[in-house]
Amino acid sequence: MLEALFWIVRRDVTIALRRRTDVFTTLIFFLIVVSLFPLGIGPELDTLRLIAPGVVWVGALLASMLALEQLFLADHRDGTLEQMLLAPQPLPVLVISKVIAHWLITGLPLVIMAPVLGLQYDLSAEALTVMVGSLLLGTPTLSLLGAIGAALTLGLRSGGVLVALLVLPLYIPVLIFGAGAVEATTSGLGGGAHLSMLGAILLAALLGTPLATAAALRVASE
Amino acid sequence: MQNRLINWFKFSSPATFYPLAGRLAPIFRVLAIVLIGIGLYMSFFVAPVDYKQGDGYRIIFIHVPASWMSMFIYLVMAGWSAIGLIFNTRLSAMMAQALAPTGAMFAFVSLWTGSFWGKPMWGTWWVWDARITSELILLFLYLGYMALVGATDDRRRADRAGAILLLVGVVNVPIIYFSVKWWNTLHQGATIRMNGQTSMDETMLLTMLIMALGFWAYSIAAAMVRIRAIILEREAGAIWVRELIGERA
Repeated sequence: MLEALFWIVRRDVTIALRRRTDVFTTLIFFLIVVSLFPLGIGPELDTLRLIAPGVVWVGALLASMLALEQLFLADHRDGTLEQMLLAPQPLPVLVISKVIAHWLITGLPLVIMAPVLGLQYDLSAEALTVMVGSLLLGTPTLSLLGAIGAALTLGLRSGGVLVALLVLPLYIPVLIFGAGAVEATTSGLGGGAHLSMLGAILLAALLGTPLATAAALRVASE
Repeated sequence: MQNRLINWFKFSSPATFYPLAGRLAPIFRVLAIVLIGIGLYMSFFVAPVDYKQGDGYRIIFIHVPASWMSMFIYLVMAGWSAIGLIFNTRLSAMMAQALAPTGAMFAFVSLWTGSFWGKPMWGTWWVWDARITSELILLFLYLGYMALVGATDDRRRADRAGAILLLVGVVNVPIIYFSVKWWNTLHQGATIRMNGQTSMDETMLLTMLIMALGFWAYSIAAAMVRIRAIILEREAGAIWVRELIGERA
């Protein structure tokens, strides 16, 4: 079972590394969105420092959502997904492995990139560390929740926009605690409580969402 | 003995439910008109003037019942979805779809009247209060559900995908509510307290309950009318529908 999990992750990452533009598109989107805000708001560092956590988090949210459509689409088109549904391994485990691969390809680069963007907004070293921590705990949850939306809209006409409509309301708690952690650190309250909440949400999502995604995949490929 | 058992699934077939919905719809329509009529009369002429907010508070009689209904209908839809997934009944999903527009409307009415209430009382149309924000997110959840069901051409898939989405949503609603509440208290402290009322006049409470029951009856009536349309649309090829149309023609 774990072997299957490992192989799916390895396969997806290998495929993604052979088509690097896909990975970079998400990353560049994130970069551009976050860089647009100072242009729209003005270059005062005091204001920017205040909005930095929210902007970086919303950027990460949109970027990870953008990549969702591709999560199951290729496998759905070439029939791999049907083989996964028929496989002896439990489907939720296979879903988790797909999500892990998706996070490694789209989530992890965002986490690594975030401190650089935080510097543009003049965040302190401490705030940057907390931001990386909150993204590290939060982005996997985004991928897990997003997988439900991706599975529900698999192969539909307006898949891309629809995913946003379904998934964004569910992202709100992650956004609140993720951006809240950074803000609490900069204001001197300490982001520990927020990070604990993010961890708790991640664990709950890890338990619950693969089941919902698996059910949605079965519905989608009936 | 066999005949004495209640057949719980008798009305789960669209063919038997269609006439039942047709009988129920007018009853609840009349009930809704009567209850909302009494409720509106009481809210304008019987309920006393609030010592703090004057006459402006009277919008509460629409605002609060609408908020209740918007939340309650989402739960009912999720309940029908669970039944539909467990027993594989077609009608449950139709029920959820028939309720969705009414629920979305109540969520919108709740936000709209809240906004009208907020302007004279707080001096602003919109406050990022925990309850208002959660109500807004609830409206988004309704819209997402309707968009998903509308975008899926295959009816069976639309039913089940919508059901999964509703169940995921219902698990998330408390998490969203508490996170928004916490976010709100951290951000702006207690600038405006909506739960400042210590006690409520009995006539006010009674009026509100009558209005809530009236909205409830309206929701059922609207859902029954809508479900009849959905049933006819979906079962257009079935023999009983052809016979029904044949009778009329």
